[in-house]
Amino acid sequence: MEHLQFQFPGSSDRQQDKPAVLVGVVSSGNLEVLIEMAALGGGSQIHVSTKASGFAEIWEAVITDFATRHDLANLMISINDGGSTPAVVSLRLDQAMQEFLGMPS
Amino acid sequence: MKKWQTQVENRRARLQRASDICGEKVVPADRMRSLLENVIEPGDRVCLEGNNQKQADFLARCLAQVDPARVHGLHMVQSVIGLPEHIELFERGIANKVDFSYSGPVGTRMAQLVADGKIQIGAIHTYLELFGRYFIDLTPRVALIVAHSADRQGNLYTGPNTEDTPTIVEATAFKSGIVIAQVNQVVDILPRVDIPADWVDFVTEAPTPHFIEPLFTRDPAQIGEVKILMAMMVIKGIYAEYGINRLNHGVGFDTAAIELLLPTYAESLGLKGQICRHWMLNPHPTLIPAIESGFAESVYSPGSELGMEDYVRARPDIFFTGIDGSQRTNRAFSHAAGHYACDLFIGSTLQVDLDGNSSTVTLDRIAGFGGAPNLGADARGRRHCQAAWLKAGRESRGQAKGMPRGRKLVVQMVETFREQMQPTFVERLDAWEFMENLGMELPPVMIYGDDVSHIVTEEGIANLLLCRTEEERNDAIRGVAGYTLVGRERSRSAVENLRDRGIIRRPEDLGIDKRMATRDLLAARSVKELVRWSGGLYQPPKRFRNW
Repeated sequence: MEHLQFQFPGSSDRQQDKPAVLVGVVSSGNLEVLIEMAALGGGSQIHVSTKASGFAEIWEAVITDFATRHDLANLMISINDGGSTPAVVSLRLDQAMQEFLGMPS
Repeated sequence: MKKWQTQVENRRARLQRASDICGEKVVPADRMRSLLENVIEPGDRVCLEGNNQKQADFLARCLAQVDPARVHGLHMVQSVIGLPEHIELFERGIANKVDFSYSGPVGTRMAQLVADGKIQIGAIHTYLELFGRYFIDLTPRVALIVAHSADRQGNLYTGPNTEDTPTIVEATAFKSGIVIAQVNQVVDILPRVDIPADWVDFVTEAPTPHFIEPLFTRDPAQIGEVKILMAMMVIKGIYAEYGINRLNHGVGFDTAAIELLLPTYAESLGLKGQICRHWMLNPHPTLIPAIESGFAESVYSPGSELGMEDYVRARPDIFFTGIDGSQRTNRAFSHAAGHYACDLFIGSTLQVDLDGNSSTVTLDRIAGFGGAPNLGADARGRRHCQAAWLKAGRESRGQAKGMPRGRKLVVQMVETFREQMQPTFVERLDAWEFMENLGMELPPVMIYGDDVSHIVTEEGIANLLLCRTEEERNDAIRGVAGYTLVGRERSRSAVENLRDRGIIRRPEDLGIDKRMATRDLLAARSVKELVRWSGGLYQPPKRFRNW
């Protein structure tokens, strides 16, 4: 198991009271993503636990692109990965984010 | 005085020696090995029928058991090297050279034998190319073929898996060669005649039915969301935009996902009757929902597929069938059809370089090509026009002056990483090192980059037809290469520029909502659901049944 942590400063300190969203399942080649609100002064944190070690550089690229695509603010995102390809990770993150944004505040 | 009948006389001598073993056309199975020792001469070119589906496995076993003192130095010509017996021929010194198209699970052992100097590879071909050579410079002296059944005169019934048999027999029987067939049974009356008796010299009833592999069955349960997303992009961004109605799919889960999205996603876009009407394809079980829902109107096949026999028999409006009702297939005609009469080929591969060249070669395994080089190549001899072919031609020419012509769409559909995080996109194909190791003259490229029109990955579609320079082409490929090293070395501004010009299109550029990319979008999510779609006519092999 490898644990990685990423932090991003936010553009605003907006606070929304949205319920947490969980998408996906942990299984071989798959992952689960949990998105929840957290008072992080506008910033966001992403925690990754992955079965596949040695891919920190690729995780950083995938997570950074994800953070660029979406305007993250005060979010705690937890990823529990069963050894997925970056394709699955990006898709699951985008699905989770769309799901989260679609939730009523 | 020059003699003009040496081959005919040689054939007569072989038949004379054979008559010492058996005076009949129907040879008992236990005499087949001796028959082969009498009929085959050292150094002969021998065609052992076997494709990736049916195999002349009994004759392969008999040949592997002959006395190498009597039969040796054979030059094998065959579509596929797939059975352990094929490898034994070389291990025992019975054969030392091979010209072929594809090697299946024995690819690793084969690479070892090449390294040990026990196999000399003539060339690795695409099917139609190898068949062509059977009539030019690789004509077999002896062909060992396989059919379903024979009558006592030697007429053959191949059943739905006719495959390569007519081609091999044609090349051998009409050039004074010897044709020997193994069949599952000898009967009084055949359901239909696929090969006439006077083209066949000997028939034997094999102790067990011939081996056949359900090669084209893909279990929908194993199709993940990334493949579904890619299939959505292909349907909306390529099939709909070009109006693709005459096409061929490679084998794999990527294209199976497309087949399973036709009755759902494509239907929701109003595309029924607009795309995917005419197919060159084995009867893929995953095509059943598209047939039942009225998308696919005709299907011509290189071979059949285990379990699909009754379904095909019940749908003669769709499939090509004989007077007995069962399917008739033909690999040579299918690959001619795929080359000249289809507007699009789509398939997967293991490695793609920055010019779009692709290869399935890895360093420790000789895989071969099968039909991909032929199906995935622009047909330079094509003259008939279709809207899709003309549009691709216009895109490729741009503002260039000179004679207008159309071109085929050749699409490579790949995830940027394969299993074990092996990158699909690379700077240099392993094929180069493979060539150097084997002393080949060219790297074994499956599809050349200049034949590829589109590359589809989970990141988007790169339209290579619209690229005007080599640099643009490289940027376009980097732009869909994801987080592979090649992809991460992209220039973001170059990629954004290509996106503005529609050369790279992301799912969002195509108006695709990624949330829809779930397994709920598949018309069938399991083999059992395919059976249900077929009204119980599809009978999957046991290993695909889990109920």
